Amino acid sequence: MLLVVEQFLNGLQFGLLLFLLAAGLTLVFGIMDLVNLAHGSLYMMGAYFAATFAAWTGSFLLGALLALGATLVLGIVLEMSALRHLYGRDHLDHVLATFGLILFFNEAVRLIWGPAGLALPLPAWLTVPVPILPGIHYPAYRLAIIVVALMVALLLYLGVMRTRIGMLIRAGASNREMIGALGINIKLLYTLVFGLGAALAGLAGLMQAPILTVQIGMGENILILAFVIIVIGGIGSIRGAFLAAIFVGMIDTLGRAFLPNLLRQVLSGAAASTAAPALSSMLIYLLMAIVLVVRPEGLFPANRR
Amino acid sequence: MKAFTVSKAVTALMLAGLVLLPLYSQASGNIFILTLFTRIVILALAAASLNLIMGFGGMMSFGHAAYLGIGGYAVGMLAQEGVGSGFIQFPVALAASAIYGLVIGALSLRTRGVYFIMITLAFAQMAYYVASGLARYGGDDGLTVYKRSDFSGLINLSNRTQFYYLCLACLFAVIFLIWRIVNSRFGLVVQGLRSNEQRMQAIGFPAKRYQLVCFVISGMMCGLAGALLANNTDFISPAVMYWTRSGDLMVMVILGGMGTLFGPVMGAVVYLLLEEFLSQLTEYWALIMGPLLLLIVLFGRGGIMGLLGRLNRG
Repeated sequence: MLLVVEQFLNGLQFGLLLFLLAAGLTLVFGIMDLVNLAHGSLYMMGAYFAATFAAWTGSFLLGALLALGATLVLGIVLEMSALRHLYGRDHLDHVLATFGLILFFNEAVRLIWGPAGLALPLPAWLTVPVPILPGIHYPAYRLAIIVVALMVALLLYLGVMRTRIGMLIRAGASNREMIGALGINIKLLYTLVFGLGAALAGLAGLMQAPILTVQIGMGENILILAFVIIVIGGIGSIRGAFLAAIFVGMIDTLGRAFLPNLLRQVLSGAAASTAAPALSSMLIYLLMAIVLVVRPEGLFPANRR
Repeated sequence: MKAFTVSKAVTALMLAGLVLLPLYSQASGNIFILTLFTRIVILALAAASLNLIMGFGGMMSFGHAAYLGIGGYAVGMLAQEGVGSGFIQFPVALAASAIYGLVIGALSLRTRGVYFIMITLAFAQMAYYVASGLARYGGDDGLTVYKRSDFSGLINLSNRTQFYYLCLACLFAVIFLIWRIVNSRFGLVVQGLRSNEQRMQAIGFPAKRYQLVCFVISGMMCGLAGALLANNTDFISPAVMYWTRSGDLMVMVILGGMGTLFGPVMGAVVYLLLEEFLSQLTEYWALIMGPLLLLIVLFGRGGIMGLLGRLNRG
């Protein structure tokens, strides 16, 4: 029972983290029609910035805030210098160009921070276990991730659905020429959206950093997961991304936690312990394949045009 | 059609260079260059196969490296089980690739556009994880191929020069085949589907069936490259199926010029030589390579072949 609750929360936490990444990706995709493989690099940069700034300032929170700002700026610079010129081009061009950016970022990190990973230690007040139910404790930091991510998700929803900027963003997604003709600075809007996506990716990276090590290539595996999520959810749909992210986070976490034992009942011990990790990694891709076969546009296709 | 164009001249020069390379290697005693170019030729073969569906068929597969793994594992696993004959290994590699292509093609072709890119990627990742879970065949660490495929005296794969020429012959054969396919009725239908699927369907072509056959053919070609690759490195691991490897193949095709016959070969040669050259220049070669790719996309439409074509006109 204890294990089930704990793994359930872990799944929720991982799913919410994935949502932060997928939300930026699906915004950029839905609005600018840009396939950004380098989104995972922004996630990685967020983690590296946080580790560095936290070491400089000696404060985890201050480091996290600075890192958030830094990824925002990085995203804006990236958009203005390179990605802006890719709008309206073929998707393949996007894949190739941002693939190049991944190479660049990985190498730049190796040059600046060295090939070894970094650690981002947590302050003492975030490491204590918190009682959530009678007799069940859960790490405070993971709980904090859940709270922060839920708040960001809510803010994002309100921002997109209830504010003027959000209205412009939605309008830009459905008809970019029209909104440009109405006198909206579409270039600035795009830059803003990209910066927002970058900051969200950075936030996911810096929050994940204390749980895993900060290392080169950390963004690539999780990027593929984020892509799976936006494809399952329907490209351009934030609601779809949210539900799909929770779903994928749960399946991945619960699969890893319980599949080995389940398999052990059918297979021999050795075979089960080797097959289980591979099978649980496959589960998500299997899910995506099934979703795409049944609903080729994803579960919640954004209503466009 | 003009008799002489810059791109034709450069292509001919490159092909002549590939054919004469072992002579140079022998004369100069530079064995390394032959090993390097064997790898280049094999990956050029893989890129050419990707170009068949991507350039001519308009199917943007982001999971083509899976076939490299399937072909490679067919050789590695059979060798492990004591079946050393290439006459068995290579057909099995092709058959396994065809079956994989048939299954994932049938599922993936239900989607289009970016969804197609992503679903092919997802299937390749699945294949990657399956290979990682094969404990009997090395799992994550990969599998050493202790003995290269045995063609009972017909050709000796352990001889560098013979192996190089085998790979080159396979490459030429595949390019010839692609040329025949592209200019056949079948190939024209597939290209028509790339331009306008609805219209082709309206005039009565079963779109998916044509695309699926094309997809499977391309996969088999890439499976052949995988079987050769395992022989070249004497080793096969899940890493050859990783998604960045699929990305590499795409880069080669686009760099060389998508939808041209020799573009992917050119792309593979330039990409891998550039990688080799930059990595000798500096440890941080990707720092230059990354932005270079970006610049190629931004300013070099149509890849190298497109560039050469413009040279000719200008």
